[in-house]
Order: sequence, then structure tokens, then C-alpha cells
Amino acid sequence: MSQEIKTFTISVYTENNIGLLNRISAIFQRRHINIESLTTSQSEIKNVNRFVIVVKITEEQAIKLVGQIEKQVEAIRAYYHTNEETIFTESCMFKIKSDLLFDEPQIQNIIKESDSRIVTVNKEFFVLEKTGRRFEIEALREKFEVYGIMQFVRSGRIAVTKDEMKVSEILEAFKNQ
Amino acid sequence: MNTETIKKEKNTSAKTEHISGAEAIIKCLIAEGVDILYGYPGGAIMPVYDELFKYQGKIHHVLTRHEQGAAHAAQGYARISGRVGVAMATSGPGATNLITGIADAQIDSTPIVCITGQVPSHLLGTDAFQETDIVGISTPVTKWNAQVTKAADIPEVMAKAFYIAKSGRPGPVLVDITKDAQFEEFDFKYEKCTAVRSYNPVPKTDINAVKAAAKLINNAKKPMIVWGQGVILGKAEAELKAVVEKSGVPAAWTILGASALPTSHPLNIGMVGMHGNYAPNKLTNECDVLIAIGMRFDDRVTGSLDTYAKQAKVIHFDIDPAEINKNVKADVAVLGNSKESLALLLSELNTNKHEAWHQEFKDLYAIEYESVIKDDILPEKEGLTMGEVLKEINTHSNGDAAIVSDVGQHQMIACRYAEFNHSKSNITSGGLGTMGFALPAAIGAKMAEPHREVVAIIGDGGYQMNIQELGTIFQQKAAVKIVVLNNEFLGMVRQWQQLFFDKRYASTEMTNPDFVTIAKGYYIDAKRVTKREELADAVKEMMASKSSYFLEVCVEKEDNVFPMIPSGASVSEVRLS
Repeated sequence: MSQEIKTFTISVYTENNIGLLNRISAIFQRRHINIESLTTSQSEIKNVNRFVIVVKITEEQAIKLVGQIEKQVEAIRAYYHTNEETIFTESCMFKIKSDLLFDEPQIQNIIKESDSRIVTVNKEFFVLEKTGRRFEIEALREKFEVYGIMQFVRSGRIAVTKDEMKVSEILEAFKNQ
Repeated sequence: MNTETIKKEKNTSAKTEHISGAEAIIKCLIAEGVDILYGYPGGAIMPVYDELFKYQGKIHHVLTRHEQGAAHAAQGYARISGRVGVAMATSGPGATNLITGIADAQIDSTPIVCITGQVPSHLLGTDAFQETDIVGISTPVTKWNAQVTKAADIPEVMAKAFYIAKSGRPGPVLVDITKDAQFEEFDFKYEKCTAVRSYNPVPKTDINAVKAAAKLINNAKKPMIVWGQGVILGKAEAELKAVVEKSGVPAAWTILGASALPTSHPLNIGMVGMHGNYAPNKLTNECDVLIAIGMRFDDRVTGSLDTYAKQAKVIHFDIDPAEINKNVKADVAVLGNSKESLALLLSELNTNKHEAWHQEFKDLYAIEYESVIKDDILPEKEGLTMGEVLKEINTHSNGDAAIVSDVGQHQMIACRYAEFNHSKSNITSGGLGTMGFALPAAIGAKMAEPHREVVAIIGDGGYQMNIQELGTIFQQKAAVKIVVLNNEFLGMVRQWQQLFFDKRYASTEMTNPDFVTIAKGYYIDAKRVTKREELADAVKEMMASKSSYFLEVCVEKEDNVFPMIPSGASVSEVRLS
């Protein structure tokens, strides 16, 4: 098995219970694995949460991590996928001084070319939201940095997988058990 | 709680009663068949203790002298009986004192349920008196845990706790209950939990995997079994015996697997691991098929993984999918309950004898006997050995006693030399290596199975880590036999200092108190043996005693335990001296 360190997206379907985030993150901490990003939300199934965790590890580590996560009583299923096996994106926001819109005409061009969206504008500042791959967000941040950014924030990765997860089947089977 | 996520036993006779959360907790315990629990009261758990007062005669609470003792006693109770052990403590320090026992139960797959009191829910997060985040603290060392802040949630959480603790690969569960939830009254009805939707405790055994395993075993020239506690937890002792006898495969055990097959069985070839027997360690690296059953390839078993059984095809039977390929890659993995998977295997196996291969084990045993065992159990030197004490205990127990050992040299000697006729007879802290385990665990074991002889074998170091539990033995009249093998050292650490740190005995020598006087202070019959000629009579007297008995044996100070696989070495580099 490849010992190469790669980016893996770990997807976990869980019950929506207090403390589960702690239990899952402890699995990474105990093995001294840094979590690049972690996002939790409602999944496509009612009352089932989905964790999207991005880590840089070997495939062997990914397999073992998924095993340890699935072992948790309230984790329904866990999977790992490479970038190629997922469709993923991140989201970010920039807060920038409104004066710049007038003082630096180049700013308007950057916004136009960036495929981003203005969320709000007032006399003091405007807020721009952009969704995309990390390199696109980074490129935009670098462009604005020259002019000054009041605030910048980026979300963790969200991802859907190309293959099916079949979690609904597991839950359906339980119901009919 | 989202009730769609669990299934409950249909219990039409269960009637609804309007009671307090505290009383509900007791009723849940009784409904789960709990006869004894171990604990220590305090502010945040007082409503439950008040109910225990009312339920005297229906459920027996044992006051230990420290919450750690309660956790280990619950473990001893579970390990000897297979039933769920229960420990109870108050919030804050009471709860944190349970943690070592919980961690021990987690790594040794022991079913226990710990109930902790918590500050009232309106004080959560305010740094209230005796408030601690015990759910957060216990998360990494529990199979499952939960906090209850409403009385109405108690029955379902308790039902889930017991189901999770004992099903699949067992483990510890902690339920933290706020004081206001204990006082609150509600309509109580108890139904046992039978399934949790996110949890698959017993993966289905794949018959094709069983057939693949059988094919490898049937074609093997030098097959070897290493079984672990999974055989005992799966109640698969009879199936293991049948598999071993039909296939003729020599079978070795891990420390926690001890006693699943009687010591005297001709195909029982002894213990693997750091201080295991010479033959099974050496021949691990010569077998052609290694059959691991309900064991997890702990580093103390495998030594260096780079040189572990590389020549062998590995078959791994386990209930826990996360164990497969965790440390050793399996050529064939058979998931499922050991009782079921071994029964399926049995019907696929050919009858075989492997006599020449078995002879190799006997030959290596003869070498071990000459260079280690003889001097351990029939010493000619002046000082007493730990091994001869075990031999004397065997003589009087006839192999019927449960041996509860602590951690260190005496533990290795106890596991190497104790004879076992019955399963669930070797109770020791394997994975965590918790000094202080044995004395309270022996109390739990004796109280769970009072008809069994329970002998605790403890070093002078570990004994003093929970020596306060002599008070519990005295108060409960628990007829535990306590043997302290006193070498006035933390012996195993001293052995390592001798072998690997040029004899720099840093903080391992112990100046000990008069242990006999201490035991007598608790009104426990006690004797000290310093000479060989006194040993036989003293052990005989202890074993004949109907009540608790303390025996101190002053053994040679600087004896070492061999064979030994030095840390990080290969199993084939096992040393005899």
C-alpha cells in the first residue's frame, strides 16, 4: 500500500448527539494527526449529521482512522476519499474598506474577474463572498492583500463523493430489523 | 433523546410508576440483574444513596475505600463472571478517581457501567463545587458515555449503557447524572435496549472467509494458534478446544486469554509475549500458518513487528473490524463472534495430528525447563522464589482457584506458573498494566462468585497502591486470599534497570512497613514467611482458611523474570537469561 502522504477527505455519518465531535476529534489527536479542516452539518438524512474532515496522511493511516471512527457507537459509517473521488469546495469572506472601491479602480476589476459576490456594502466597508477551490481563494486573497483586507475568513472543505455512501440503506435495514 | 435510534425489548408487563430519577436509577440496575455495586458517596450522588438505603436487601452496595477501588472491583466482578460490573461515584474527584479503572476496562474489553453524580444542571459550566467535565475526561477511555440532565431520559440511557457495555466487544460506559435529574419525579417504565441503529456489535461471519481459513489450516505443515480474551468474552472455550483437538494445532495464549483452555491440555503450549514461554515465541517465527483468535497483536505479544511471523500466512478471527490489519496484516480475516466462527471453522477442518511439529514445542520446552523453570519452581539457592510460591498454591488449589494478579514480575510469574482448570480464572491488568489493580479486583471477583477460591498475587509495590481496600475486605468479610511477594523492590523496573540501565536502581528500592501488622490492624489473619521450610505449611493454612487471609512471602530481592523478549526485539530473540 502507498506510504505517500496525500490529502484525504474523511466523511462520517453520525447520530446528532452531544459529545460526538469530541469523541471523533480525539481519535485524530491520539494519533498525533493534524486536522486540516473539519465541518459538520445536517446530512441528506433527517437527524443524521455529516462530518467532513480533511487530513494529510497515508492511505494506510486513513484506513485505520476510518476503522477507529466506525468503532464509535454513535458513528453510523465512515469513509475516506481522495480529491479525485470527491467534488469539494470551500467558501470565504473578505471585509474591505469601501474607500478602496473609489480610490483603487483595479479593485473593481478584481471583483468582476473573481466570480465572487458582494454580500453587503456600506459607507465604511463592503463584504465579498467567494466559493471555490483553495488555490482560487488564495489567489484572490493575494490580490486584495496589496490593498489591505480588514477581515478574512475561510471555511473548511465541504465535499460530496462521486460514489454512493448507502447510509440510508443501513438505517432502513435497522428500521425493518 | 431521539428514540428512533434504538430498539427496546417489548415488555408489556412493565408498568409505569411515578418516582424520582434517583429511584429510577436503582430500578434500572435491578432490572439489569445487578446484585452488587461498588462505590463511594458524595454530595452530587446523595439522592441515589438515599434510595440505596431504602433498597437494602434488594441490591448490595459495597463501600470501597477509594473510587479507584470501586472501578477495579467492578472489573474483577465482570472478569470472573462475564456479567456487567457497576461502580458509582460522586462528581468531581469521585468521578476522576474512577478514570484509571475505566481506562483499564477499555483496553482490556471489560464490561462495566460507571454512574457518576454531577452538579445540578443550572450549575454546569460555572466551576461549581466538585464540578468536573467527566464526560469530556472519560471520552477517550469509554466505549460510550452520556450526560443526563432530565429524569425522563434515565431509563433509556441506562438501558443503552448496559446494552453497549456487554454487547459486541465489551467495554466501559459512563453515565453522568445531574443532581436535579436525580431529584426530579417522572413516569418511569423500564425496557431493556436490544439494538442501537448506529452500532453493529457483531459483524456477520463470512462463510467464505471461514472456508479460506480452513483451507490454509488443512494444508499447513506447521500451524500455530494464538488465542486471546476474545475466546473467553465470546464464551467459545468449548469451540476452541474442539478446533484444537480436531486440527491437532498447538495453541498458545496471550495473558488475557489464559485459562480458556486448561493448562494441562496437551496442545496448550503456553503463553506468548515478552515473558511468555520460549517455544511459542521462538516458533511464531517458524510456523507456516498463524491463527490468531480474539487477540489484538499487542506490542508486548509481537515484539518488533518488522520481524514478526513474516514467513507465516496469518488468519485473524476477531469481533472488532478495527483490529484487522491494525498491527499485523491478515491474509484471511474472519469477523464475528468467536463462538460462532470457531463452530463454523470446526466443521471445515480436517482431522490432523502434527506430531513432529508438536515435538518441536516439547523440545524447546525442555530447554526452557532446564534453564529457567526448574530454578523458578524447584530452586536450590537459599532465597525464596516467586515461582515456588505459585507451585505451592497450585498444589493446594488443584488448579481450581481464580488468580488475580497485579502488575510486574509477580504478575508474569503468576501467569506463567498458575495452573488453570476453568475459564475466567486469570484476572489481571493486561493492556493498561495498572499497579494497584489486584486487591480491589480480587474483592469484586470473590463477591461475584463467592463459591470460587480467589487468590490475589501482588507485589509489594502494587499492594501499597490500593492497600486501603483491606478495609473493604474486612467490612464485607470478603474471603480473599492475599499473597504479597515482597522483594523490597519495584521488581520489574529494577530488572530493566539491571539489564538496560547498567544497574542504576533509581527509585525502585522500597523500605516497606510491617505488612502483617497492617493486615492484623484490619483483623485479617496474617502470616509472614521468610524461609523455605515455612512456605508449604503457610500456603496450606491460607488455602484452608474460610475467611480472608494475608500471606507475605519475602522473596529473593534481585531475581529476574525469564524468558524475556527485550523491548523492540524480535520474538525469535527471546532470551533465557
